[in-house]
Amino acid sequence: MSKKKLGTVWLGGCSGCHMSLLDIDERILEVAKLADIVKSPVVDGKEMPEVDIALVEGAITSDEHYRELLHIRKQAKTLIAFGDCAVMTNVTGMRNYFNLKDVLDTAYVNAISNDKEGKVPDHPSLLKLNEKVLPLQEVVKVDFVIPGCPPDADTIFYVLFEFLNDRLPDLGKAKKLKYG
Amino acid sequence: MDKRKLFISPVTRIEGHANITIELDDNGNVSDALFHVNEFRGFEKFCEGRMYTEMPTITPRICGICPTSHTLASVKACEMIQGIQPTYTANLLRRLMHIGQNLSSHALSFFHLSSPDFLLGYDSDPAKRNILGIAEKFPDIALRGIRLRKFGQELSERITGKKIHIMGIAPGGMAYPLTEENRKALLNWIPEALQTVQLGINIIRKFHEENTAMVQSFANSPTLYLGTVGSGGEHELYDGKLRFIDADGIILQDQVSPQQYLDFIAERSVNWSYLKYPYYKPLGFDKGFYRVGPLARLNVATRMKTPLAQKEFEHFKSIGSGKPVHGAFYYHYTRLIEALSDVEDAERILNDPDVTSLHIQHHGRWNYDEGIGSTEAPRGTLFHHYKTDETGKLVKVNLLIATGQNNPSMNRSVLEVARQYVKGDDIKEGMLNRVESAIRCYDPCLSCSTHAMGSMPMVIEVKDKKGELIKRLERF
Ligand code: SF4
Repeated sequence: MSKKKLGTVWLGGCSGCHMSLLDIDERILEVAKLADIVKSPVVDGKEMPEVDIALVEGAITSDEHYRELLHIRKQAKTLIAFGDCAVMTNVTGMRNYFNLKDVLDTAYVNAISNDKEGKVPDHPSLLKLNEKVLPLQEVVKVDFVIPGCPPDADTIFYVLFEFLNDRLPDLGKAKKLKYG
Repeated sequence: MDKRKLFISPVTRIEGHANITIELDDNGNVSDALFHVNEFRGFEKFCEGRMYTEMPTITPRICGICPTSHTLASVKACEMIQGIQPTYTANLLRRLMHIGQNLSSHALSFFHLSSPDFLLGYDSDPAKRNILGIAEKFPDIALRGIRLRKFGQELSERITGKKIHIMGIAPGGMAYPLTEENRKALLNWIPEALQTVQLGINIIRKFHEENTAMVQSFANSPTLYLGTVGSGGEHELYDGKLRFIDADGIILQDQVSPQQYLDFIAERSVNWSYLKYPYYKPLGFDKGFYRVGPLARLNVATRMKTPLAQKEFEHFKSIGSGKPVHGAFYYHYTRLIEALSDVEDAERILNDPDVTSLHIQHHGRWNYDEGIGSTEAPRGTLFHHYKTDETGKLVKVNLLIATGQNNPSMNRSVLEVARQYVKGDDIKEGMLNRVESAIRCYDPCLSCSTHAMGSMPMVIEVKDKKGELIKRLERF
């Protein structure tokens, strides 16, 4: 069996899903035997090359996330929504109940600790926030989901290990499977 | 003026977290640097209208690397709203899990993230400059680093039932006691953890000895410092009072209650970053920038609480002859001294006969309409400030995040390193790594972080005044 290619990406999330991936601890070396981790905050962050499996953490909050996700979809044979933010926006999507301008003003203009000189960031080098945060499947086709905030490390390892061995994981077998 | 721009972006610019624009003057010299942080989630707004008691569960989701610190700052704010204190045992357990947080974050920062620079070299193959590259060349060190982080995470799990975004905590205390079985399992880790931290300290001390000039001159401009200390000025992470010192080590403010933070700290938002610029209010925006985190905490502290860490602390103090040490490189060293104190302190607490007591929670209810909680997150002092209506619904939420307070200094460190290493179009890969590591010294957590792990790949674009691309350089 030839070595697989694995990519992991961090979009609009708290990095907790990636931290939980690191919580597979020593087993990361087992994963590294079965797959080259070709793109990940763990090793390298270049643009997603073609991969067999892409784990995507976080929801889509901006124009750049949107473009990146379309690119990942093109490059990945199996795209996995990794964690609750990716699956259903979760905490990242809680701002959807408000309009974006209010959300920005609350943080950058009206915060208790702000001085009077504050502005809302609008530099051209900054990403443009979307009015509403979207889960992955509203933008692209998602092949598999791992729920949890974050998903627990054993579940992550199980899902990866099955895919890397060309088997479809059976989430019914995961011990700590739950949202939240 | 014909300003050319050098644009450094982690390729993850596409993921959108942080990038840097370096502006060149006509002669190709660096004239300015802008450190852009591309991350915004909006907690201050969307928490409005929710019950204050939900905050210890919502706010850890600000950051997956330091969730426990958010939980603690949050639960303390809730306790001020209720007017109650946690029990003695609850405080022990919180200290322990907070140590776990600090230890796993520091292990990640040093072994996963930064050790490749020290062990493989700044100019080594970027594709290998990561923890897996370390695992190939120095398998023992990689494994030890992974396991030190694991110990930190296990402290959370065995106390609260979860490694990330802990659950078992509530105003007044904790939800579950620590079992004897878990206490023993955690104690078993101590000898190995001590060895690993010592190993890290040896690596960093050796690197410092061999690169003294670089270490001392690296991003070393003087700033003020803020950190939490105990009643005798000792190093403190979980619960204490604020101390500000100036660049010469003169104490500006001491034993300030975190609840008075607004008297001393203000923030300004700028148009080029989603991360605000906090400053020491009495000195104003231009002169008042201060740093937080391990370097700041050791610079402000009078002593450490544990013997081995105290010995190492004395060595650290001798570097500055008793004055504050400013070089951003010393963040790495101070992080490991803290890790040492973490492990020693964990052992002390785990041996406290009350740690397994069942008296873990006081019960209270809404009494006051305002609460402020503070704690030392791995990256620095963290404040949560809530105002509620008389039903306990939040009407105002203010969060002052650790990394934010280092933002002005990170921006300045980047500018200094760029001035030292960037000359016109002459852009070398090793130089990029130094710009990047100026940021990495702070271990910025721009989620509260950008690229938590591994090398930060970059795209540099040299642009003319009209924004036309002159030259593009990629480093993967
Ligand atoms: S699902 Fe939870 S852990 Fe993962 S990114 Fe979202 S908030 Fe963080």
